Amino acid sequence: MQHLYEMLSKVDGYIYPNEIELNWSILIVLYPFITGLVAGAFILASLERVFKVKVLKPTYTIALLTALSFMMVATLPLISHLAQPQRFYEIMITPHLTSAMAIFGFVYLWYLMVVLLLEIWLDYRRDIVLWSQEKTGVMKRVYKILTLGVTDLSESTVKWDDKLGYFITIIGIPSAFLLHGYVGFIFGSVKANPWWSTVLMPVIFLFSAMVSGIALVMIVFMVVNYIRKQVIDMACLNEIAKYLLIALILDFALEGLDQVHRIYEAEESFNILDILVKGKLTYTLFLFQWFLGMIVPMVTLATLQFVKNRNKLKKRLYMMTGILVLCGIFFMRWNVVVGGQLFSKSFYGFTTFKLHLIGSEGIMMAALWLILPCTILAFLFWLLPPWKRHEV
Amino acid sequence: MPPQIKRLALLFVLFIGLFLTLKYFLTPKSFGEFGHYRGLALEEGKLKVPEYTGQKACAECHDDMMVLKMANEHASLSCETCHGAGRIHISSVDSVVVSPPKPNTREFCGICHAKNAARKADNIKQIDLKEHNKGELCTKCHNPHSPWQETK
Amino acid sequence: MARDEVKSRRDFLSKAAMVAGGLFISAGASPFASLLYATERKSKTGPWYGMGIDLEKCIGCGRCADACKTENNVPREPFFFRTWVEQYTILNDGTVHVESPNGGIDGFSQKFPDEEIFKSFFVPKMCNHCAKSPCTQVCPVGATFTSPEGLSLVDPTYCLGCRYCVQACPYGCRYIHPVTHVVDKCTMCYHRITKGLLPACVEVCPKHAKIFGDLNDPKSELVKFMKDHSWQVLKPHMNTEPKVFYNQLRAEVR
Ligand code: HEC
Ligand code: HEC
Ligand code: HEC
Ligand code: HEC
Repeated sequence: MQHLYEMLSKVDGYIYPNEIELNWSILIVLYPFITGLVAGAFILASLERVFKVKVLKPTYTIALLTALSFMMVATLPLISHLAQPQRFYEIMITPHLTSAMAIFGFVYLWYLMVVLLLEIWLDYRRDIVLWSQEKTGVMKRVYKILTLGVTDLSESTVKWDDKLGYFITIIGIPSAFLLHGYVGFIFGSVKANPWWSTVLMPVIFLFSAMVSGIALVMIVFMVVNYIRKQVIDMACLNEIAKYLLIALILDFALEGLDQVHRIYEAEESFNILDILVKGKLTYTLFLFQWFLGMIVPMVTLATLQFVKNRNKLKKRLYMMTGILVLCGIFFMRWNVVVGGQLFSKSFYGFTTFKLHLIGSEGIMMAALWLILPCTILAFLFWLLPPWKRHEV
Repeated sequence: MPPQIKRLALLFVLFIGLFLTLKYFLTPKSFGEFGHYRGLALEEGKLKVPEYTGQKACAECHDDMMVLKMANEHASLSCETCHGAGRIHISSVDSVVVSPPKPNTREFCGICHAKNAARKADNIKQIDLKEHNKGELCTKCHNPHSPWQETK
Repeated sequence: MARDEVKSRRDFLSKAAMVAGGLFISAGASPFASLLYATERKSKTGPWYGMGIDLEKCIGCGRCADACKTENNVPREPFFFRTWVEQYTILNDGTVHVESPNGGIDGFSQKFPDEEIFKSFFVPKMCNHCAKSPCTQVCPVGATFTSPEGLSLVDPTYCLGCRYCVQACPYGCRYIHPVTHVVDKCTMCYHRITKGLLPACVEVCPKHAKIFGDLNDPKSELVKFMKDHSWQVLKPHMNTEPKVFYNQLRAEVR
């Protein structure tokens, strides 16, 4: 409780007494960040599959596995932030249908089990069966289990894998939109909070999700190639960068629209939001989110569109923009989640927020939830290596 | 039907079955009785024993005090407004009496009577807490149960 | 004759207009009814509780906030309140200053000299038990709900502690209890009113500034209070239909 007393002395103006403590902190910043990565990565994968962007072929499975590994941890920050984590199952057994949050369990399960797992399984089924025949020892058994007992590799069956996979990707696109648009709705539907409450919130979340997901896959793609000492497929990389640029422009336009609208309408809450943006959020919003996270990458990528060859430079710059974009989107989530709680709903003052290093809501914990999916991804690459697949 | 679809359908049904079984056993029995919540929560919410007994309860033993108080300006104040919750005091009377607080400090009278621009003069009589008979307990001149009497 | 005809025609038209208007009004009455105070009642027979707060009478003694903490085991720290009192001071230069030191429990001391003050007043705050409560709307599991009596209650054995309701409440009336680790809020002293007692804050109010009552009972003190005063609710634009009605509420109060 000591830290709350400390914050009490840092309150600026008047806030309702219960508002001193920020209820949603870094873990809830991570939650939309991670789900955004999932949705974005999946949408990139579906570009290849459904929209037949053939250049992106080398990233298809990478994108899917990335989406899967982040999806597996997506709920963990959420559950670990609950005050009663052991009761989380209630959200599945008695979901309250008027709550935007209640459906999350189902949207999550749908997306994880029906879309991601199924698509990956169908995509890999032939390889898994073959591996289960080639390997020996424990791995043989592991792959055997992964086949789910379906070892039929006749031509018609394999064709079904493809058909089903295609069908699932088609369902997957609206599902990915649903997943992340819905996360935006969790915030956008809180009418009590003028910083969150905007109809554009789901759309902004969606496009920022695409931005971050594409950037992540781009980085993973480059890192994988670097580690495997392979010559990177430059055409593919350029194509990803192009999509990243498009997504960035759309995201920028939407966020800009949101802000212009806010400024022009200047509702009752405008004064306090104005102070918020120009005060406590100056660095995270103007510098990190907009300048470094959007404008710099946008300008870089746009310029690179006109640069031919110079692959080494391009790779470096792509890496840099990728990282900048990821950080920028992280700060976008931060500004939404944390920024939305810094001002009092009385509009008469501000509370403060101090991030701790350790503790259940600390930086270490947050780092854990970011390192974990990377570890899972490495494991998946080892278990289902996209580069050791059997030629058809 | 292709074998993998058969297998997936089976797993799907199993999964749903497992979910429904869990749902059946984990949902509290009274859930949904009155609405989307545990019906028993209403009864449980009523269980807590009230701390504030109301001043009628005080009158049972302190009727002299009650009569005194009701006859003057502090009539609208409940005994518990000044003395705090009475449950523990009342239930302790049979053994060792736990006395309720008797807040006779100047600050305590001041929470109502200190001069403040937000208090209207015709709503409550106010004094300058710092100046009005400086340094002396209010109860020296004002009986809290009958402000214009001296405390005996 | 022609005139007669015109007259009768006019008569007919006006009658028709009246009938049509009457139809329109009676047909329109039910949708417009929702403009009246907290009309969306789930219970039409039993009680439908609300609270009147007379700012004219409030002297800001903070006994309500103090009693509430004792009655409901609310932690004594100055950042957990089910009810608290704010002092608004509007200065002659138009600036608004709000304060609530320890929720008003330790009393208020005037911060500005009389000459600078344009207007000053106290506002006790508490859960508004909204008829369209955003907090119960967003609870993902049904751990907070509107009781048949119209009160927003919390089921402490079922709450996840996700704090979505804390975010959804426009009035800042919810907090996470540091001991039970579930959300906590005003219950209108459910355990008292179901025994026929008054809520603790009403019980100890020295000026009878808080009026507890049943909106479904035309003879209740609350309904009388609402007839006699031009009350307002907090943040009406939120359309939460609060059931705490303030007399003499000023626009500065949020
Ligand atoms: C069952 C009888 C009973 C009831 C009911 C009761 N009291 Fe008492 N009270 C006592 C007794 C006995 C004493 C002890 C008298 C003494 O010490 O001289 C006492 C003492 C007190 C004292 C003085 C303690 C002191 O230290 O001098 C106060 C103040 C008091 N009661 C307040 C209250 C209030 C307020 C209520 C109502 C909530 C209340 N009492 C209800 C029996 C009762
Ligand atoms: C304005 C606040 C106030 C109210 C209302 C009030 N009391 Fe007191 N009471 C006091 C104070 C202050 C004292 C201590 C007096 C002293 O120190 O001389 C006290 C003392 C007492 C005592 C101790 C005996 C004594 O004379 O010192 C009793 C018993 C008591 N009160 C009972 C009651 C009862 C019963 C009621 C309700 C009818 C009541 N009080 C209402 C403030 C109050
Ligand atoms: C909870 C609030 C409260 C507390 C505490 C309180 N009073 Fe009062 N007092 C009132 C109210 C209400 C009135 C009656 C309204 C009025 O002043 O006209 C009143 C009236 C009075 C009056 C008579 C004023 C008149 O109208 O002539 C005096 C004197 C007084 N109180 C003294 C005290 C003293 C001394 C104490 C401390 C023991 C005290 N009060 C504590 C609320 C309080
Ligand atoms: C030395 C005795 C004495 C003490 C101590 C004392 N008062 Fe008084 N008080 C009086 C007298 C005499 C009056 C009436 C004359 C006046 O208004 O000054 C009075 C008047 C009042 C009034 C009514 C003021 C009005 O405008 O009618 C209040 C309220 C009051 N006192 C409260 C208090 C409070 C609170 C304290 C403690 C901080 C206190 N008194 C201490 C003697 C005292």
